[in-house]
Amino acid sequence: MPQDRFQGHDYYLMDELLTEEHRLVRDSVREWVKRDISPIIEDYAQRAEFPTQIIDGLAGIGAFGPYIPAEYGGGGMDQITYGLIMQEIERGDSGVRSTASVQSSLVMYPIYTYGSEEQRRKFLPKLASGEWMGCFGLTEPNHGSNPSGMLTHYTDDGDHVILNGSKMWISNAPFAQLAVVWAKDPEGVIRGIIVERDMPGFSTPETHNKWSLRASATGELVFDNVRVPKANILPNVKGLKGPLGCLNSARYGIAWGAIGAAMDCYDTALRYSQERIQFGRPIGGFQLQQKKLAEMITEITKAQLLTWRLGVLKNENRATPAQISMAKRNNVNMALQIAREARQILGGMGITGEYPIMRHMMNLESVITYEGTHDIHLLITGMDVTGFNAFT
Amino acid sequence: MKVLVCISNVPDTTTKITFNDDNKSLNINGVQFIINPYDEIALTRALELTEAQGGTVTVLHVGDSSTEPTLRKALAIGAHDAVRIDALPRDAFFVAMQISAYAKEQNYDLILTGRESIDYNGAQVSSMLAELLDLPSVNIVKSLQIEGGQASLEREIEGGKEVISCPLPLVASATEGMAEPRIPNMRGIMSARTKPLTVVPAVEVPVYQHIERLEKPAPRSSVKLVDATETVKLVGLLHQEAKVI
Repeated sequence: MPQDRFQGHDYYLMDELLTEEHRLVRDSVREWVKRDISPIIEDYAQRAEFPTQIIDGLAGIGAFGPYIPAEYGGGGMDQITYGLIMQEIERGDSGVRSTASVQSSLVMYPIYTYGSEEQRRKFLPKLASGEWMGCFGLTEPNHGSNPSGMLTHYTDDGDHVILNGSKMWISNAPFAQLAVVWAKDPEGVIRGIIVERDMPGFSTPETHNKWSLRASATGELVFDNVRVPKANILPNVKGLKGPLGCLNSARYGIAWGAIGAAMDCYDTALRYSQERIQFGRPIGGFQLQQKKLAEMITEITKAQLLTWRLGVLKNENRATPAQISMAKRNNVNMALQIAREARQILGGMGITGEYPIMRHMMNLESVITYEGTHDIHLLITGMDVTGFNAFT
Repeated sequence: MKVLVCISNVPDTTTKITFNDDNKSLNINGVQFIINPYDEIALTRALELTEAQGGTVTVLHVGDSSTEPTLRKALAIGAHDAVRIDALPRDAFFVAMQISAYAKEQNYDLILTGRESIDYNGAQVSSMLAELLDLPSVNIVKSLQIEGGQASLEREIEGGKEVISCPLPLVASATEGMAEPRIPNMRGIMSARTKPLTVVPAVEVPVYQHIERLEKPAPRSSVKLVDATETVKLVGLLHQEAKVI
C-alpha cells in the first residue's frame, strides 16, 4: 500500500470539545497506526492472517481496557478516550479494532464488572498487557439475534461444572488464552464463565474463507465435557443482562470505530479526486464527485457529533442501551455507504489493494452484522419509542 | 547525568501555510502544532542515554500557555519534568537568551536541540546558546555516545563523516539518525498527568531584528510538453522562459 497520508477531518471543530489528553491519546494512536498497521495490513488481509506481532503495540497504546482502573492494569481513562482509540484503530482496519474491542469490552469489561476481586486480580493485568488474549462466546450456530435460546449449558460436578455446547463467529478464538462464555446453569439461567485454553475438551477451530475482517482471526468455541472450576463463574450477574451489558460497551466502541473507517475512505477519495485528472482537470471539480464528497463529510460530521454526545452521556453513566444502538446502527451504515461511494470515486483503482477502501467496505459488512444486526438495532429503537416489542 | 532538551512548537508538516493580513506573521487559525521533529529526535536520544546510564531529562520550551500540550506530549514520551518560559518566541537570539538565562543556574551535563525548527528553519539557537553559556557546540549530529563524561559525536560531511570527541558539558543539535522518535504510550500519557511543568517568567532581551514581510514561494507552473523533434524550441524555452541555461 502507498504511504499512509491520512489526515483527520474535523469540519465542525470538534477538537475543541476534547481535552488535551483526549487529543494526545488520539494523535498517538493515529501515529502508531500509521507506523505499525498501515504498512502491513493489506498484506495480512490478503493472506487472511492476523498480525500477532501487533499485540504488544496495541497494549502499549492502551487499546486493551483503557477505561479499566489503573490498579487492574487498565488506563483509567474515560469513555471518550476509549472511543477515540477505537476510531483510530478502525481507521487502520476494522479487524484490528475488533480484536481490541473484544479484549476491552467483551472480556475485560465483564471480568471487571461481574467478576470477583480474585478474578479481577488474576486476569485483568495480563489481559491489559496483552500477555493473555481473550474472546467472548455468546452467538451459537442456531442462536444469533436470539441469544436467550442458547443451548450451551453446564451441569454441576462438585467444585467444578461440566460445560457442553458450541459458539461460533468468535473473534480472537483461534489464539485466545481464555474465553468469557455465556451458558445456562442447571436451572436454565444464563451465567458467565471463564474457560481457559488448556482445559481438556475445549477447542477453537478457525473459520476460513471469510471475505470480511480477513486480518482478524475468527473461530468457533467447542466445549466437549469441559471441567471448569466454579471459581471461574462470574458471580455478580445472572441472565441475559450480563452479555448485553458487554455488548453495550462494545457497540459504543464500534460507533466510534466506524467513524474511523469512514474518515479513511473519505480522506482517500478526497485526495484522489484532487489528483486524478480527467478531461483536463481534477475529477474533484465535477459536480457528481462533489456531491459524493460533500455528502460524505456531512454524514461524518453528524456521526462525530452524535458519538461525542453519547460519550459524554456514557461518562456520566446516563447512556441508555437504546441510545447506543442508535449510534452503532447509524454510524456503521454511514461508514458502509461512504465506503461504497468512495470506491466509485476511485473507479477501477478502488477495487485494488493499493487503496484501503475495498478492504474497509468488506470489513464493514461484518461490522453492520455483528454486535446486533442493522435490523435488530432498528427494532431496539422502535421498541424504545413505541413501547411495543416487535422482535417476536 | 542531567540533560536539557529544548523543544520548539511548530505547525504540523501537512499544514497549509497562510499569513495574517500584515504578512508579518503566520495565521495559526486551525493549525495543528507538533513537537519540532528534530527536537523529538534529540529528546529520544536523551531518554535512551539516561535510561542506560541514569539521570534526568528536562524539556524546555519558550512559548505561551497555548503550547503546553507540546510539553505534555514530551512528558508522555518520557521526559521527567518540563519548563515553559512564558514568552512568545520572537527570534533565535531571544529564544537563546531565554534558555541560557534559565540553564546557566542548572548545571546541565548535556543540552540538546534539534538541528533547526521546521517552521522558520533558522538553525541558530543551538550555537547561540552554546556561546551564551560558554560551552562547546556541535551541530547537526547524527550519532551521540557518552562515556565517562566524554561525548563522541558523528556528523555527516561532504563525502564522508566527521567523528568528534568533546568533554561534557556541551550543546549539540540533533538530526536524523541520532534516534528513532517514540510514540507516547498509555503508561506515559497517564504518568505525564503528574509530572512537574514549571512556568518561568521571561527575561528582558533587546530587539535587534524585525520581520518586514513573509512571502510564499511562487506556485509551480504547469508542465510544458515539447515534441522530441523540436529541440530548438526546447532550448529557447529553457533559455528565455525557465532561464536555466
